[in-house]
Parts: sequence; structure tokens; C-alpha cells
Amino acid sequence: MTETAAFWLPVVWAVLAASAIFLYVILDGFDLGIGVLFLKERDHDHRNVMVNTVAPVWDGNETWMIFGGAALYGVFPVAYGTILPALYLPILFMLLALILRGVSFEFRFKMKSPRSQFFWDASFCGGSIVAAFMQGVILGTLVQGIPVQNNVFVGTSLDWVTPFALFCGAAVTIGYALLGSTWLIWRCEGELQDTMRRVSYALAGLMLLAIVAVSAWTPQLHTTYMQHWLEWPQLALVLPVPVAVVAVAGALFLGLRNRKSHLLPFIATLGLFFLCFSGLGINVWPYIVPPTITIWQASSPPSSQAFVLFGAMFLLPVILGYTIYSYYVFRGKVTAEHHYH
Amino acid sequence: MFGLSALFLARFQFAFTVGFHIVFPAFSIGLAAYLAVLEGLWLKTGRSAYLDLFKYWLKIFSVVFAMGVVSGLVMSYEFGTNWSQFSQKAGPILGPMLAYEVMTAFFLEAGFLGVMMFGLNRVGKGLHFGATCMVSIGTLISMTWILASNSWMQTPQGYIIDEATGRFLPGNWWQIIFNPSFPFRLVHMGLAAFLSVAFIVAGVAGWHLLKARREGRQASEQVRLMFSMAMWMAAIVAPVQFLAGDTQGLNTLEYQPAKIAAMEGDWDSEGRAPEILFGIPDMENETTHYKVQIPLLGSLILTHSLDGKVPGLKDYPKDLRPYSPLLFFSFRIMIALGSLMVLVGLWSLFLRWKGSLYDNAMLHRVALWMSPAGFVALLCGWITTEVGRQPFTVYGLLKTSDSVSQIALPSMATSMIAFVIVYFIVFAGGITILLRSFAQEPHPGEEGPSEHEPQMSAGTTQVSHHPHNAGLAE
Repeated sequence: MTETAAFWLPVVWAVLAASAIFLYVILDGFDLGIGVLFLKERDHDHRNVMVNTVAPVWDGNETWMIFGGAALYGVFPVAYGTILPALYLPILFMLLALILRGVSFEFRFKMKSPRSQFFWDASFCGGSIVAAFMQGVILGTLVQGIPVQNNVFVGTSLDWVTPFALFCGAAVTIGYALLGSTWLIWRCEGELQDTMRRVSYALAGLMLLAIVAVSAWTPQLHTTYMQHWLEWPQLALVLPVPVAVVAVAGALFLGLRNRKSHLLPFIATLGLFFLCFSGLGINVWPYIVPPTITIWQASSPPSSQAFVLFGAMFLLPVILGYTIYSYYVFRGKVTAEHHYH
Repeated sequence: MFGLSALFLARFQFAFTVGFHIVFPAFSIGLAAYLAVLEGLWLKTGRSAYLDLFKYWLKIFSVVFAMGVVSGLVMSYEFGTNWSQFSQKAGPILGPMLAYEVMTAFFLEAGFLGVMMFGLNRVGKGLHFGATCMVSIGTLISMTWILASNSWMQTPQGYIIDEATGRFLPGNWWQIIFNPSFPFRLVHMGLAAFLSVAFIVAGVAGWHLLKARREGRQASEQVRLMFSMAMWMAAIVAPVQFLAGDTQGLNTLEYQPAKIAAMEGDWDSEGRAPEILFGIPDMENETTHYKVQIPLLGSLILTHSLDGKVPGLKDYPKDLRPYSPLLFFSFRIMIALGSLMVLVGLWSLFLRWKGSLYDNAMLHRVALWMSPAGFVALLCGWITTEVGRQPFTVYGLLKTSDSVSQIALPSMATSMIAFVIVYFIVFAGGITILLRSFAQEPHPGEEGPSEHEPQMSAGTTQVSHHPHNAGLAE
């Protein structure tokens, strides 16, 4: 019985933690993307509309990241205690960027002088870009592997400065910008929507290139990753992914071309993210700190995992319920009344 | 030396970021409860001044809450970056509690915050009040979990130590959560949050009362109302807080006597001990210089009996003594501010009885100067309890020096500088905005947080104009 629990609890938690991280990626992804898009959209009223599409929900979006940290801490403490020191600097830069960006949400509306508005707009945009980039770097570093001995990180503080990790940083930034621009196509109208449609074309093209590059690169990092592509039955799991990517990308471009289509581009981008994320997940499985620590080696005792799982079974559905309710309350197009009238 | 410096920086960084963070959740706890009370009173009485005050403080809440979220985000990762050995060893116990905090509290707060902030015209009044209550309850649940975790580090129980890995494994969750110091700490911290916000509210009201007086007019009904509410809080909660602090002191004497000795600057354990009012504890020479003391009072305060035995630092090996010079003063500043808050409360009662609560400029001035008193006392209390836990992270079981990550000094130093710069920008920006908001006098017809922001188009009517699901329909 305890043997079974010791095997299954980590599996369940790996799936749950991955789902939580995926939820974080798509939810904070589009609101980080909006910050990145400040690079392109300079008009003050348009920027206000962009921020207002996420103002009521961004706190909740960011909470998924805190949940990720806390869950990792409680359920996979060995992973928490090795990944975080290994990624010390990227995580630090990401957190500081998120701080600047988070307060800019509130500050940019409350500052009256153009100079301080410019400052907090810049910090919103810069913070979003750095946070997005660092999240990509963290992902890339994790996938390329973290040297660990006796549950202690033994690499250097600059292990994350590799072409692969930096490329992942750029790829995630592009992906978040695409999530943001397609979110805005859904939630805005008029001139801003037209701009976002144009921007989305370019971003979608770049993102597909990035997906191809990362997919070709990843199997060469470790032999275990390569085996997924060479051996049956793993091949059966990974092969549908590229096929699905082509189909979803097709839907994305169709949605962008059809001016009556408002929601499809966003849904298709979510689909792309889901495929990339699960593709990477399948590649890395069953390691949580590649290439040495598996989910079972990283686990806290079954009593800890069961204790949290018991609560999560009841609480996560409730959380999803009121999160959806909150999105529902603030549904519909967001406009700048005084700008258009 | 190298290792010591990295450890020192890790501690300093953690103290700096927690010290910055702790103010905002405390502010949110107190303010969310105040907002729920204001909206509840508005719904019950229909008096519009309550609604005006609700909207006024709601704008403040949005800034405070955002700063709490982003600085809290740092904390949930800093355990791993700076204290990875602690995380691996205590993770099986503390991690699940933090996970419960996120699931039961953070999501609740963040989920209903949007409705609370922007939803008054979108959902019904009752539903909106529900959202406000949810946010407030969320802050209280969050405090409960975090104090359970913190108290477990102070008075650990219900664990099993795994021989092979040295990890703390959960034995009995009930004992872990309801550890001996938890109930006392919870009450003490909760009251501190309420009192801190009450004094901020009183300070803002005091400023507007003084300003109105200078301009030869009467302050708005809203200003007087919030001053009165804040003074009720001071009069009732400040004395209760003294009792709560006293019971926590008794609890600490029982479980962490070394902390008490360091707080009091006592070196020799004795009965009929004096209370040292002022002095400078000297860790090297094991004495307290320049003592000003009152006979017998030490035993009376700590043990509630004249000949009760109080602990002395010499009872403990040198390397296990908390750093008394810091604790001695942080504890005394907290007590002094607490006493002042009680006096202000009593004074307000007297003036209220005389009918001059809104006319006594002296009280308004004192209220203005005392507005940060609650937060300063809270920070001093936090320093007292956390520094008093040293040299352990898990009291008596895991030393701080065995908890730290193997992070090289340059990385630690880089991050420290980065934190200081970003926190000062953010702190400066936040305080500027808060002070600017405070400078506005709350008035009839106060507008909510979306004053200068573009409007959300109102739900269903707009949807029919712009079918946003057209993409799927095709």
C-alpha cells in the first residue's frame, strides 16, 4: 500500500504541478505579453486599454506562480532546493522584474506628470520583457540539465548563460507577446485591434520558427531526449505533437486573416503553448531536475504529499470556479470611452 | 570568513526582503477588514459617508495589495535560493503549510480582488459585499497559515527526524499546526495588523482635521467619521494587545527562555529580579552596562510573581545566545509605542466624553505623528521574535549556519545590491502614491479606483454589438 502510494503520489503531483505551471504560463503569459507589446504600441490611451483588459485579473494570474513555488517546496523539496540555487541569478532577475512590473500596474494610473508616467510605462514594459526572457532562460537551463551531487547543486552561478537557454529566453518572450496580441484581438476593437492583428502575423511567424529550432535542438542535449524520438513506444507519444502543431498553426493564421474572427487566434495560440509545453514535458519525463533527479527522488514523504493533495482535491476546483467567475464578470470588449467619443 | 560573509548576506537579504514585505500584508489584513466593516455599515445603515470612505480606502488598498503580492512572490522563492538546505530539511513540514496558504488564501484574495476593486457597478451590492468579505477572510486565513509555519519554527513539535537524510518528516499535522506558540502569536499579530491600520487611518484623519482647522472650516463628515472609528480601535484594541503580548511573553518564557533573557538583558538567572529599563547589553563581557532598573519588577512582569525565577543568558553556551543588544532595544521600542497607543486611546475616550474629539488640535497632531507607530512596533516585535530564535532556524534543532544555500559571495552580493535598488524605487514610488492619496480629503461622492481609467464596456449590451465569439462560430 505504502509502496503504491510512494509511486503514485509523486506521479499525481508531477501532473498537478505541471498543470499549475502551464496555467501560470498562459495566464501570466498574456499579461506579460501586454507589457512586451508596449514596445510597439506607444499611444497612451491604447496602452490604458491594454492594461485595463488585465487589471482585474493579473493578481490572480501571478498567484499561480506563488502556488508553483509553494507546491514545489512542499511536494518536491529536493527539486526546490537544487533548482533554485542553480538558477539563482535568473530567478532573482525575474522576481525583481515582476516586482517592477506589478507595481507599475497600479502606479502608472496614479502618476500625473508625463515624466513619471513615462518612467512607470518603461518599467512596466522593461519588467515584462525581462520577466518573460528569464522564464525562458529558466526553462532552457532546466531542460539542458543541472549538475547535482548528493542533492546539492554543484555547477556555477553562470551555468544558464548558454546559447540554448538564451534562445529559449527569446522564444518565450516572443510567445508571450503573441499570447498578448491575440488576447487583445479578442478583448479590444477598432484601431488597436487592427494593430494587434498585424503584429500577430509577425509574432506567429517568429514563434513557429522558434518552435522548429527548439524542437531540433532539444534531442541533441541528452541521449535520453534523443531516445524518445528513436524508440518505440515513446515515438508514439511524441510523434503526434509536430502534426498537431502544424494543424493549430494553420488555424491561427486562418483566424488572423478572417477579420470577423476575434477569439480563434487566442485559442490557437493557447493550443500552441499547450503542445510545446506537453512536448517538453514528455521529453523530460520522469526527471524533475534533468539529468539526474527523478520525481520520486525529489519527493517529500507520502504523508506530506497526501496532506496537500487532500486539500488540493477540494480547493483547486473551487479556485478554478471563482477564477472563471471573475473572468466572467469582466467579460466583453474593453474600450476607452473618452478616446473614441 | 568567506562562508560567514555569505551567511551574513543571506540573512541580511532575507531580513531586508521580509522586513519590506511584512508591512504590506499587515496593512492588507487591517485594511481589508476595515473595508468590509465600512461596506457592511453602509449596506446596513444606508449612510453614504461609509460608502465614500470605502471607496477612498479602496484606492489605497489596490496599491498596498499589489506591493504585498509582488514582495511576497520573492519570499516564496527566497527559501530555496538562500536557504536551500533548510528547504530540503524542513520542506516536508513547512512546504505543505505554504501550499495550503496559497490554496486557501492567496487565490481567494486575488480571485475576488478584481470584483472588489472594479465590480461595484457590475455585480449586485450583496455580491460585491461578499467579494469584499472574501478578500478580508483571505487575508486572515493567510495570516493563520504563515503564523502556524513561523510558530512551528519557534516551537517545533509533531515531527519525526529521518535518520538517513536529517529531514523533518510530519508525524502529526494537528500538533504541527497547533504548536504551543501558535495561538498566542496569531492573536498578537492579528491585533498588531488592526492597530497599525487604525493608526494610519487616525493619522490621515488627523492631518485633514488640522488642515480644515487651519483653513477655518469644518472637516468633512467622512474625515470625522474615520477619525472616530480609528480612535475607538485605539481605545479598545491597544489595551487588549497589551494583554495578548503579555500572554505571548509567558509562552516564550516557557519555551524559549534564552530569548527572554536576551530581550531583558539579564545575564544571571535569579528570583526577585529587577526590570532593567535602560542599559546596553555587552555580549563579549557578559554584562549590561549603564543599567537603570526597578527592583522586583522583572520577576513580576515575566512570571506574575515577586519571587519568580527569570532566566539569564549565562545559563546558555556562548554560541547559543541570541544577540541581546538588538533584542533589548527592539523589544523596548515596541513596548514604548504600545504604551503610547494605549494612552492615545484613553485620551480619546476622555475627549469623546467631553464632546471635543474633533476640536482638540493636540490630539490630532499626536495622531498624525503616531500614524506609523503601529507598523514600527510591529517591525520591532518581528525583529524581537525572529532574532531571538537565533542561532537556529528550527528552534533548538537546526542551526541557521546549516540552513543556508551554497551560493557564492559574488552572486549573493549582486543580488543584495539589486534588491536594495529595486526595493527603494518601488518603496519610494509606493509611498509617494500613498501620501498623495492621503493628501486628498475624503469627500461626499468619492469615486472608486477606476476614476481616471477607461471604462469597461458594460457586459451584455456590448457583447451583442461585438460578438467576440465570432471566431469560433465560423
